[in-house]
Amino acid sequence: MNAIIASALLGVLMMFASWIFDNEKTHTRIALAGLLALIVANLLQLNGVYTVSIDYKDMLSFTQFGLYVNTILFILTFLYVWLNGDEIAKIGNHAADFYALFFFILCGASILTSFNNLLMLFIGIEILSIPLYILTGSDKKNLNSNEAALKYFLMGAFSTGIFLLGITFIYGATGTFQLTSPSLNPATGMAKEQLMYSAGLILIFVSFNFKVSAAPFHFWTPDVYDGAPTVFTSFMATIVKATAMIAFVVLFHSQFKALGYAWELLLTFVLISTLFVGNITAVFQRSVKRMLAYSSIAQVGFMLFALYGPTNFANEGILLYIMAYSVASIGLFGVLIKMKEYSFEAFNGLAKKEPLLAGMTTLFLLSLAGIPLTGGFFAKYYMLNAAVQSGIGLWLVALAILFAAVSIYYYFKLIQAMYFVEGEPAIQEVEQGYKYKLLVFAILILGLGILPNVFLSYLYF
Amino acid sequence: MSIQYYIILCLTLFSIGVVGVLTRRNGIIVFMCIELMLNAVNLLLVAFSKMYHGAALQSAANTTAGIDAQIFVFFIMVVAAAEVSVGLAIIVMMYRNTHSVDINFLNRLKN
Repeated sequence: MNAIIASALLGVLMMFASWIFDNEKTHTRIALAGLLALIVANLLQLNGVYTVSIDYKDMLSFTQFGLYVNTILFILTFLYVWLNGDEIAKIGNHAADFYALFFFILCGASILTSFNNLLMLFIGIEILSIPLYILTGSDKKNLNSNEAALKYFLMGAFSTGIFLLGITFIYGATGTFQLTSPSLNPATGMAKEQLMYSAGLILIFVSFNFKVSAAPFHFWTPDVYDGAPTVFTSFMATIVKATAMIAFVVLFHSQFKALGYAWELLLTFVLISTLFVGNITAVFQRSVKRMLAYSSIAQVGFMLFALYGPTNFANEGILLYIMAYSVASIGLFGVLIKMKEYSFEAFNGLAKKEPLLAGMTTLFLLSLAGIPLTGGFFAKYYMLNAAVQSGIGLWLVALAILFAAVSIYYYFKLIQAMYFVEGEPAIQEVEQGYKYKLLVFAILILGLGILPNVFLSYLYF
Repeated sequence: MSIQYYIILCLTLFSIGVVGVLTRRNGIIVFMCIELMLNAVNLLLVAFSKMYHGAALQSAANTTAGIDAQIFVFFIMVVAAAEVSVGLAIIVMMYRNTHSVDINFLNRLKN
């Protein structure tokens, strides 16, 4: 509750900050201070200190897992703003407005980690998406940004409609929105209106696939990620996607786990097509930004493994995955922002000119590919382990590993361009401080790869 | 009146909305079709709410069963209004740059 209220208030505060202060550096500092306050507020609640007491009628339930996810998301946002503050200031007229939108998105995120009612889930998703439409279109004069915003908006609103119909069907079948209510449990309460219940569930599943961009509902993703300003693509592809994924996992772990074979079949279909579309299409991309968009689809394929069953491995795995994936992607986008153009050729000979930057890019790419000693390895390992423990056929795991091998091809194409191709990289002047900031991300990736337990142990105490 | 009529009416409205989104090329019309989908859902929620409320009234006089769906409708309206404000702003922004609201324009990113 602390985080939800604090983030909403801080968002309003940021809106006034653009009116009071003229300097964009000040805005960034205020945003960073606000994010720190948000982290503290959340940690307070994690330790049982409540600043406000509101009777929320059991519509929200604050679990250790949800609060820990909150902490991760806030810290990631903090790192993101800390790294990209200057770039955000370059877009639009008032950087503070974007920070306000970030805070509103985090408000939606903290609702999405603690919902216990379909109403709260709906509100959370909308608070998460509506500011994103604005962020996507924030480069007002740029046609690509306009196009991405309109496309994202229409697709997002369309999937909201589908989502609402799903909720309505579930309400029609069970008479409740409450997730903990026994009548919502498919094992006990589903017998009455089985058809309507299943239809509702499938509609919710479809709309969530839209939100996390799993195939075959991924078609908006490459265009939107490509058209949006690169800083905001970085935010969208990491923190927002991670939140949507967590909500997806929490929802389907809470009540819908007893759905049985048909549900597994549906999920397996989506999972395989996501891995296939993401990985195979990424191979043929010429722009690195677009390649990263497809690779983010492929990564969602791995995250979907957590949906098979509410095992410990699934919970820990999804946490590790969003950490490893977000840190690596924010770092990678951080390098991409500094490029003058986004083709693979632009990276030619980067290792000679900027050895540190190229080394860190390599590390991020290795993590995304899932090479041992980086965070991505354990993330993928946990997810596959979760799948095995939920009793999924080993063939699916083998298939996923095969697709991970495909992903190595397109990630290494970039590494090859940096190290083994002669040429002049199309990179802007990068100041030393920025590189050290990126170094923090690289160290985090190594930390996640060597000592994942350090990050997971907070889940339990 | 039995609930089936409401379900059929709402699903028809919803389908009209979906078909409109998929076939129309004018950004504003697509947007209106999305609103139609949301309103079809609102209608269905109210119908279900009435159904559960009526069923609960037969056993207890002063029951509040079923009203949560009506509350939900208000939230959908609020969210739809927020979405309209953002969506129309995006459409206006696009109109300023291209002098058209045709979403066929949305194909240039593909290459």
